[in-house]
Amino acid sequence: MTAVRLSLTALASAFALIVTSCNVAMAQKTYDIGASDTEIKIGNIMPYSGPASAYGVIGKTEAAYFKMINAAGGIRGRKITFISYDDGYSPPKTVEQARKLVESDGVLLVFNSLGTATNAAIQKYMNEKKVPQLFVASGASKWNNPKEFPWTMGWQPSYQDEAHIYAKYIIKHRPDAKVAVLYQNDDFGKDYLKGLKDGFGDKASMIVAEESYETSEPTIDSHIVKLKATGADTFISIATPKFAAQAIKKAAEIAWKPLQFVSNVSASVGGVMQPSGFENTQDILSAAYLKDGADPQWNNDPEMMKFLAFLKKDYPDGNRLDGATAYGYAAAQTLVKVLEMCGDDLTRANVMKQAASLRGFTPDTLLPGITINTSPTDFAPIKQLQLMRFKGEKWELFGDIMSGDLSN
Amino acid sequence: MSAAEEIVTEAPAVEAVPKRAMTLGYGTSLIVLAALIVIPLFVKNFIIFQMTMLLIYALAVMALNILTGGSGQFSLGQSAFYAVGAYTSAILMEHAGMNYALTLPIAGIVCFAFGFLFGQPALRLSGVYLALATFALATAMPQLLKLGYFEEWTGGVQGLVVTKPDAPFGLPLSQDMWLYYFTLVISIAIYVASVNLLRSRSGRAFMAIRDNEIAASAMGVDVALYKTLAFGVSAGITGVAGGLGAIAVQFVAPDGYTIQLAISLFLGMVVGGVGWLPGSIVGSAFIIFVPNIAESFSKGLSGAVFGVLLFLVIFLVPHGARQIAIIAQQTMAKFKKN
Repeated sequence: MTAVRLSLTALASAFALIVTSCNVAMAQKTYDIGASDTEIKIGNIMPYSGPASAYGVIGKTEAAYFKMINAAGGIRGRKITFISYDDGYSPPKTVEQARKLVESDGVLLVFNSLGTATNAAIQKYMNEKKVPQLFVASGASKWNNPKEFPWTMGWQPSYQDEAHIYAKYIIKHRPDAKVAVLYQNDDFGKDYLKGLKDGFGDKASMIVAEESYETSEPTIDSHIVKLKATGADTFISIATPKFAAQAIKKAAEIAWKPLQFVSNVSASVGGVMQPSGFENTQDILSAAYLKDGADPQWNNDPEMMKFLAFLKKDYPDGNRLDGATAYGYAAAQTLVKVLEMCGDDLTRANVMKQAASLRGFTPDTLLPGITINTSPTDFAPIKQLQLMRFKGEKWELFGDIMSGDLSN
Repeated sequence: MSAAEEIVTEAPAVEAVPKRAMTLGYGTSLIVLAALIVIPLFVKNFIIFQMTMLLIYALAVMALNILTGGSGQFSLGQSAFYAVGAYTSAILMEHAGMNYALTLPIAGIVCFAFGFLFGQPALRLSGVYLALATFALATAMPQLLKLGYFEEWTGGVQGLVVTKPDAPFGLPLSQDMWLYYFTLVISIAIYVASVNLLRSRSGRAFMAIRDNEIAASAMGVDVALYKTLAFGVSAGITGVAGGLGAIAVQFVAPDGYTIQLAISLFLGMVVGGVGWLPGSIVGSAFIIFVPNIAESFSKGLSGAVFGVLLFLVIFLVPHGARQIAIIAQQTMAKFKKN
């Protein structure tokens, strides 16, 4: 009897040993489709053609960055295969390309695909398939919804975060301001407007006028005239570059001199400030989270020098003045960080887990002080921006790094 | 020279295609059909999805072909009808909770009415002027869909997410495969109906108008009625295609139905052969796969590569797939003689 019991115990313990050793072996190296001992396949969708083709630079920068990582030995010996397709900014095409990446190419994840409508088109599909739709390149706030879409995560500060920061600034420094808002009548403008209203909270009555315009309108002059007539002394322009420039020019023309804010989307010196005339753009406020390649103050910044060296050596076609290069570089760096954190457990679940446990990570081209933080309930990696004021022919950062979080 | 004579001597905008040459022989049709039925059983879901899109665009191209190849009217506004069909299906499914299969005939009827009504003012226009009027429709559509008034239903710029249907009766088919066969059945039904339409009295009236409007009206054809009817039928079929497209893609948004789509459909028709209905599927394949091929050559120059490929097709086989089919037929006949 004892002998039997003994052998049973032995058997059980032997079995337990086998199970644990299996577990250990499993924990050492686990892969989902798209990852192996030698390779990690990353998918990406960009508008290389079509109306938004200027953003294609982001995809090209990322490709160059991963090439550089591969040349330096890859991530724990695994080379990144970066498969980037063109969707021409058309949602049905995005669906086709996403399905191609997931079902035909077998990528581990889709990274930094660009556009709001285009990503909305594949969000449900990606979550059904349980493939990470990681670091979506769009400022919509809806990518931060881990409960309903645990496989989708944004990257850049959302339009709402940025709007919160302006509202906070106005409440603190100009409590008696009468605010006029001009916004583009689309997802970008409306997301932003909602952010402003949330930001003002119970002081929402400070907004005395709202005007929306359609991108099809040849000029927005009449809206500016109307806004001036309301007697507002603060003007927030939520416009894409062409219209932002028109707004600044028209305001100057009719001698309306409110405190002006332009959204980060339209903060480009070459694209908006210069065409509006530098004499009209003095003291305009905006916010930034990336270092501006055109700004000489970063010339001796060691991290920026790394970025500039990368452009020179690995992506000579890239223009440092184009914010899209700094953007793509920082996004690619964030992904590499996540993949390093994954170790040898390259499963899709672990990728999301690691992406949701970033703490204080700082890519080279983010403004000093801005850090990337995520948690299982927080899928918005960048939430901070810094205010800046236009002086002379460039932006001057001022004040502290501000968080879009409304609770503080 | 009187005005009437001038019109008569003018070369027709669309080359006359005899109605027998508009279809395929029975043998070839059966082979194509067999291929369409069997292939999905052996390929990945992604390829099945692409084949579904192939059929859907083929339907839309064929609708344009009936309008242009059949009745000789141009349209660059097909994307608008496609969008109306897509939105009708999407809204009915998501807001009214209607079964996807039932939304398609409704999408078709709505678009038929829309096309028929649009055909009324379009009657006064012909050739390039009509093309421009329809062009205006196509450019206006995405913005109309964004309008605040309809936003409650259309979802504005955010679009609407559509739920993909499962196979009914517990059939052991994947969603993609079920949707493919569902689309295939509808496509075949519409193809057969279209072929019969063109062979019928109405079809002969379309072609008479295409070949010579004055002669047609002298023969007693109600030119106004048949011209608008052609518009209506074309829009209706495009609407069904749009509805299917919305279900297959699972998403509708204004950005998906720009003038780019209308031009693609037009391109598909020319490449497939104007007035040759079976060519629609070849044209559809061209507009779906060639951009992908062009992209694989070069990312930055994909547009240019696509342009070169298109140029080659137009230069070498100006009548599109129909010309290739005819050449193939002649070669076969030669072999048979020897």
